[in-house]
Amino acid sequence: MKADIRVALVGNPNTGKSTLFNALTGLNQKIGNFPGVTVDKKVGYCQLPDGRNAEIIDLPGTYSLYPKSRDESIVFSVLAEKETELTPDLVVVILDATNLKRNLLLYTQVADLKIPVIVALNMIDLANKAGVIIDTDLLAQKLGVPVVQVSARKLQGIKELKDTISFANKFALQQDSIDINALAPGLISAISKEVKTDNPYFALQLAHQHETLKFLSPAESERIEELEKQHSFHSQKAQAAETIARYNYINDVLYDTVKTPVTAQDESHSNKIDKILTHKIFGFVIFMGILLFMFQSIFAWSQYPQGLIEDAFVWVQGALRGVLPAGPLTSLLIDGVVAGLSGVLVFIPQIAILFAFISILEDTGYMSRVTFMMDKIMRKVGLNGKSVVPLIGGFACAVPSIMSTRTIENWKDRMITIMVTPLVACSARLPVYTLLISLVVPSRNVWWIFNLQGLALTGMYVLSLVSAVIVAWVMKFILKSRERGYFIMELPVYRMPRWNNVAFSMYERAKTFVLEAGKVIIAVSVILWVLSSYGPGDRFKNIDAKYSQPQYAKSMNPDSLTRVISTEKLENSYAGVLGHTIEPVIRPLGFDWKIGIALITSFAAREVFVGTMATIYSVDGDADRIDSVQQKMRNAKRPDGSPVFTLGVAFSLMMFYAFAMQCASTIAVVYRETKDWRWPAVQFAYMTLLAYGAAFLVYHLLK
Amino acid sequence: MTLSQLEIGETGIVKEFTDLEMSVKLMEMGCLPGEEVRISRIAPLGDPIAIHVSGYQLSLRRFEASTIILQ
Repeated sequence: MKADIRVALVGNPNTGKSTLFNALTGLNQKIGNFPGVTVDKKVGYCQLPDGRNAEIIDLPGTYSLYPKSRDESIVFSVLAEKETELTPDLVVVILDATNLKRNLLLYTQVADLKIPVIVALNMIDLANKAGVIIDTDLLAQKLGVPVVQVSARKLQGIKELKDTISFANKFALQQDSIDINALAPGLISAISKEVKTDNPYFALQLAHQHETLKFLSPAESERIEELEKQHSFHSQKAQAAETIARYNYINDVLYDTVKTPVTAQDESHSNKIDKILTHKIFGFVIFMGILLFMFQSIFAWSQYPQGLIEDAFVWVQGALRGVLPAGPLTSLLIDGVVAGLSGVLVFIPQIAILFAFISILEDTGYMSRVTFMMDKIMRKVGLNGKSVVPLIGGFACAVPSIMSTRTIENWKDRMITIMVTPLVACSARLPVYTLLISLVVPSRNVWWIFNLQGLALTGMYVLSLVSAVIVAWVMKFILKSRERGYFIMELPVYRMPRWNNVAFSMYERAKTFVLEAGKVIIAVSVILWVLSSYGPGDRFKNIDAKYSQPQYAKSMNPDSLTRVISTEKLENSYAGVLGHTIEPVIRPLGFDWKIGIALITSFAAREVFVGTMATIYSVDGDADRIDSVQQKMRNAKRPDGSPVFTLGVAFSLMMFYAFAMQCASTIAVVYRETKDWRWPAVQFAYMTLLAYGAAFLVYHLLK
Repeated sequence: MTLSQLEIGETGIVKEFTDLEMSVKLMEMGCLPGEEVRISRIAPLGDPIAIHVSGYQLSLRRFEASTIILQ
């Protein structure tokens, strides 16, 4: 879509920026990446009252133009880089009226870049309720920019904001805030001359951030570095002086525009909730309760929609088989592509429900309390309070969780979190566990209420958390870092979740999951189908020739003959040859070559296991009917007649799936986030070693 | 006297910082010299702490609080 004007939304976290973005653009938005970095770029469009079309870019929330995390560093680049496809014509700065002072810091920085600015004053109703009176006209006059009162949640003031955007000037008219040249005399004019800018604040920001800015050439960056040395520039000191000067200016602005009640207000609503939710004992009890409820609901609520999806696929496969002529292409479509698709889509309910919970916990402000309560424990094991969020998210899927570690500013804490998150039992392991547990653990109650199978599953989940904590603790001693960790974080006021944001996040995450994981799983299903349908040389031809001899047709009924043929073909297919090749390595774990095939294919994605088992044990009909797969696996015998899936083998397999890094998407995302192949390589190696060791141990203990 | 020595409910006024790197981050968050701070709660395990400063609640570790000198 061609836009007539480009508008960037800038603001502190928790100011309702995303809500305002949704209110302005509706569902007319798309999420992509900023060029060169994996920071989510949300772009939407809105029709202005004068008929023009505005492109709205939602920039990551930040407290200042000096970035503390990767996401925040994009804000200055987008605002300052000239004439790119992202350079805004206008910036809307969202200010939280209940906390104007801290919010104005970012405003003054943006304003000093001399881009046309509009202020959107959000949550004015909440401020009024707390007794804060803001003289908006005087504020607008003092700042020299339009100030629009909005309530993004109640959709008030959106029309006025659109009006103001359409009337906005092409030139920046805001008042100067502070004397920038005084912060680094000499250096600013030298840099200005060097990069040919007439904006002193832009020049000062280059002095601070030139090392990380992508739009500067290495030569320019080097030149700026030299100038800094000449003028003995100290970045942190200059930044401290700037912040103090800015707050002095802000205090001047607020002096006669904002009236706050002198009398101490009553204990706030939020404070009362905090007393319970961060209580010494209740705090942890409630947190555990919420987690338990979350997992119960994920399993309970997803059962019905999952059943529907499975049934739908059975129907589709049946219908396709009826319509299409039999042949290798039909088989590829039905047993490869459609079977693979159903393996992906069946996870949608779980992912959607988990992300609904996570977005509710974040939206209400509870997640930051969890961080607050857990920081001390997490720090003991080499993590950070903020690691709790990705670890909990890891129960759904490691991919988005690893992306969410960007909020952890400290490099070492972030790396350790990334390294251990894939150990947490993700939803892709669930079908593997349920299949194997129902195979070997009897479904009977102990102590009246606890089902033995349920206990085994809970045990696997607890094991995953414990192992993540232990590995993190070990890595704390291995990783070296000079950077200091800190935990300076806003505890936002409790708010009701915004249900359309929750719905939007469910939709967005499910879509990402289907697209990202779906590609891999379908590709693997197709490759697996090819590998198991064809064999080297004329082995297949020989098998066909052998069984077409009359004595077989006489002594066996046609059904079992087909089965014997397909089993022998599988053993001689490329997949079978591969399985036999690795058999010596996995025999100590109790696995045979058939399980070996499943292990190999599962290295692309764990959920492929069930489908592979189904294909390998030549199940007739649908590959994802767990019942029939289970029956086949129960009947599977070794050459000597003993069952393949004993207690030892099943638990050994579960251990392998618990620890091994069997997920191509996670490997890819770890590389994207760390920008170094060594991280995913080390992760893959240590997890495979752990998996092998644990499986070996468990097999020999339970054999 | 540093901020980390205050008990829940006690207030103080920020005078200066002992750590430049930390001070830059604290000041950006509105925790500046001359500003009144109040300890609003302490995490169940004794660390971090939450303070009330310039109209909102900020959490920080005890070590970070110990770099803030009060008047």
